[in-house]
Amino acid sequence: MLKDITLGQYFPGNSFIHRLDPRTKILIIIAYVVLVFMVQNFIGYAALALFLALCVGVSGISPKYLIRGLKPILVFIVFTGLFNLFLTPGETVWSFGILKITREGIRFAAFMVLRLIFLILGTSLLTLTTSPIALTDGLERLLAPFKKIHLPSHEIAMMMTIALRFIPTLLDETDKIMKAQSARGASIDSGSIFARAKAMVPILIPLFVSAFRRADELATAMECRCYRGGEGRTRLYKLKYGAVDALGWVYMAVLAAAIIFINIYFGSF
Amino acid sequence: MTLVDINNLTFEYIDEETHERNRVLDKINLKVDRGEFLAVLGHNGSGKSTLAKHMNAILVPTEGSVTIDGIDTKDDSRLFDIRRRVGMVFQNPDNQMVATIVEEDVAFAPENLGIPPEEIRRRVDDALETVGMSAFKRHAPHMLSGGQKQRVAIAGVLAMQPEFLVMDEPTAMLDPKGRAEVIETVKKLNREKGMTVVLITHYMDEAVQADRVVVMDNGHIAMDGTPREVFPQVEKLTRLGLDTPQSTYLIYMLNSAGIELDPRVLNDAECAETLLRAIKQNRERR
Repeated sequence: MLKDITLGQYFPGNSFIHRLDPRTKILIIIAYVVLVFMVQNFIGYAALALFLALCVGVSGISPKYLIRGLKPILVFIVFTGLFNLFLTPGETVWSFGILKITREGIRFAAFMVLRLIFLILGTSLLTLTTSPIALTDGLERLLAPFKKIHLPSHEIAMMMTIALRFIPTLLDETDKIMKAQSARGASIDSGSIFARAKAMVPILIPLFVSAFRRADELATAMECRCYRGGEGRTRLYKLKYGAVDALGWVYMAVLAAAIIFINIYFGSF
Repeated sequence: MTLVDINNLTFEYIDEETHERNRVLDKINLKVDRGEFLAVLGHNGSGKSTLAKHMNAILVPTEGSVTIDGIDTKDDSRLFDIRRRVGMVFQNPDNQMVATIVEEDVAFAPENLGIPPEEIRRRVDDALETVGMSAFKRHAPHMLSGGQKQRVAIAGVLAMQPEFLVMDEPTAMLDPKGRAEVIETVKKLNREKGMTVVLITHYMDEAVQADRVVVMDNGHIAMDGTPREVFPQVEKLTRLGLDTPQSTYLIYMLNSAGIELDPRVLNDAECAETLLRAIKQNRERR
């Protein structure tokens, strides 16, 4: 299960999408998320799918890999779908005992499932084509204006970098602890959900202890390397907007216009 | 010329649970010269890591003073002048890396120092070249072996262009291959670049390669001298809870069995030579 987590994984490349400034990509993703929620009919989703398919095609990321990223949250998607399907009040089309499916339910369930899928696919595309460093750099720059209202933009970015840096390390560690506990007879993969949840405790406790110790050591090491916050810090790489970014925005604007047009023209159904 | 001057250093801390005063270092006097390769030995809890942490003002003396390149570590206003001069490398390479890409991690220290990007680029390339990790500069740290990670950590402090390196058991978590890589890198830095090195270790075969060895015990300096002076004192080392290099120990055992040999032997080659000489002499006598 741990191997399925694609979050924070990055596929290096030199495509149009890879070359976009991370700030552009973050802003485009925000716009994209807004659009996903604005869409009111299936033609709109078709337009989004077309947009996403184009992006994936250009990026050179294997679509199979992108779709595999959905696996860890599949349960969540299915539950959302079922809840909406059975629990939305409205005109009943099918019923069995206390279970009943309504017209509105079908529509709602389909919308929610599509929304979730589009959100995950879009954001995975962002993390797959942007190095974590570029991502946090972009975020730091984007948040910089909010320093005036005391938003710690540098600290947020630093925390994200460190979190991303330690994901593989802590996953490795979790794996080791799980093996160590199984070697001593703990059953982690069997039993009821409650038994399994209980079995997680002896894994999480050592993991937390070790994470705190790591944090302490890392803080010392950072101080030794003259870290003193974002003040007066320079960067190895500087972010620069280029022609590709303008093109990216044009592309996004076309999509937004298309979605708004589809919403007005076809209405919601 | 003295680079590190430790004068009557005493360090105490108060245990938060028992409210007892714990004296970790007791009136330590130590001078480290520029270009010297000093190994600090001692069993667990002898105070050797605490001593290392005094060398870049992570800890400051309770009494006495520590001066680095003429700067007192108690001078808060010059804290970063000291840290820039002292490259610290710790035991666990995983816990000293900040960034997700090797070159970004090496750039961390110069970035903190506010150095212009072109100069950072140059320093990062130089540092990675020095530790032989240039080929891995776009790699993710967690994909590297332990020895490689520790070399990247060394590059990370070299990018500050420090006056000297303090290494707190840098090989304790590595396999034999990784250990050899790291020690070779440290030796190269010392011999070729004239880098002053303080290596804290509990491996005798590493300490043997230093110019000078200091043995710590219970917050005191118990022994101080060249490896050739320190290691033949097998009984004293054993009393201090330390091993001796295998070859030194072999000669010591032969000596105590009544075969008279020169005890000042540090490595396999010297040991073989000494034994060969003894055998030849023995044959001539017959």
